[in-house]
Amino acid sequence: MTIRWSTFSAPSRFVWLAAKVNPWLWAVTIALSLAALYVGFFVAPTDATQGEAYRIIFIHVPAAWMSMVIYLAMAFWAAVGWMLNARMAAMLAHSLAPTGALMTFIALWTGSFWGRPAWGTWWVWDARLTSELILLFLYLGYMALKSSIDDTVRGDKASALLAIVGAVNVPIIYFSVRWWNTLHQGATISMTAAPKMAHTMLLAMLLMTFAFWAYAFAMSFTRASAIALEREQHTDWARQWALDGSSIRASKP
Amino acid sequence: MNWSSASAFFDMGGYGLYVWGAYAVTGVAMLVEPWLARRRLRQALRDVATQPIQD
Amino acid sequence: MRTAFIAVFVRDLRLALRRRVEALLPIVFFVVAVSLFPLGVGPEAQTLRQIAAGVVWVCALLATMLSVASMYTSDHADGSLEQMMLSGRPGTVIAAAKAAAHWTVTGAPLVVTAPLIGLLLDMSRPALVTLVLSLLLGTPILSLLGGVGAALTLGLRSAGVLLILLIVPLTIPALIFGAGAVSATESGIAVGGYFSLLGALLILTALTAPLATAFALHIALE
Repeated sequence: MTIRWSTFSAPSRFVWLAAKVNPWLWAVTIALSLAALYVGFFVAPTDATQGEAYRIIFIHVPAAWMSMVIYLAMAFWAAVGWMLNARMAAMLAHSLAPTGALMTFIALWTGSFWGRPAWGTWWVWDARLTSELILLFLYLGYMALKSSIDDTVRGDKASALLAIVGAVNVPIIYFSVRWWNTLHQGATISMTAAPKMAHTMLLAMLLMTFAFWAYAFAMSFTRASAIALEREQHTDWARQWALDGSSIRASKP
Repeated sequence: MNWSSASAFFDMGGYGLYVWGAYAVTGVAMLVEPWLARRRLRQALRDVATQPIQD
Repeated sequence: MRTAFIAVFVRDLRLALRRRVEALLPIVFFVVAVSLFPLGVGPEAQTLRQIAAGVVWVCALLATMLSVASMYTSDHADGSLEQMMLSGRPGTVIAAAKAAAHWTVTGAPLVVTAPLIGLLLDMSRPALVTLVLSLLLGTPILSLLGGVGAALTLGLRSAGVLLILLIVPLTIPALIFGAGAVSATESGIAVGGYFSLLGALLILTALTAPLATAFALHIALE
């Protein structure tokens, strides 16, 4: 049986799909994070130079990776929404932004808490943390622009353009920040000089990354469903979904 | 097993504040965010359900 | 296409000349902002020389961002912007002309004023030369990026502050290469690499920003 995936570009069917899939996504999130925590704390050995403090890496790196992946996904769906005039794609992009911003914040917070024992200061202007900070600004800018525009159509398109411009600029910004970091010899302490990774450390990090990924999916599905219902308050499908949880066309995907 | 006792686990070789400070904030954030989103969804459903029927 | 560019460019210059005081405000801001740093940090020449490159560049950046918000507002308010966009001329040409006019009115004076300001911060002669050149390449980038922001935030509440939040992150590479070049000169390091990067950034921005601005204008005017 092949699924015509484009069918889920209709808000009614998307909300149905999200409700169906989310319990599984949450189950995966919990299972993978428990596995990651187990491996990270009970299997992975102590680091020779940084002691137990290095264990923060098991959330810092996944959060940093996800912050970048989510931004790209957000820009992608925003672009799809703009090019194809697909409302649900735009809503999906909007739903990804807060989670992406949260991932960025977590990367910064955990990075700071890792930096204090490892390098002595609560903040280090190294390439990765500085880039994460700028990425946070990009997320906040996207959300600020969207919320400043009352007209939904203009809001969707303007934020899509901004997301695309941002996505194109991210490599440039990252490169320039790395360049800047290598020049100023004072702050050469680098977070990227992570401990040499034992296999178990890598495993814990990867497990947690996939856990965060499932989390991001579940979060954006929930939020996108809320946005769809908010925007389509007056439609029949929304009414039917809200009143008895059934979808008009759920039986024919 | 890495830890000789529960207190050794919480102490994290002297780095307890940093490790748990990082994990605690992350954990709280990843509990609050879904709760807020779920609340928003519930509110949206409520708003739709209480819509007056329009002809 | 060239006549459209020249027409929009000259028109904007003429309008700016009628409001000379308004046109000079960004420069005044620039001078005032730079002057705050010695007051905040202390008058010691050694310290000032160390921070001078970054201070001058950041203040030039902020002055540009503050002045860029009005690039399209008055035309939008009296309907002439819509006329321009409907005229059949490519939006990119109009956007490019607007950015060029903004640079002529704001960016170029910044480039001219900067070395005088640099003297206040005890910058050396070679550093001042690098400062002028880096701003010469950098301020057009700022005007171009500012145009994108102005178009995106057209007509919105708090457009000015929102614009700064949206566009400043995108200007960071220019800031890094521009201020970096000046710092390098102060330290006696060769600056060829910085200028290559800055030049490449200018070309890239000149090719892409007007297009993005045109899209943003269409979105704002729909």
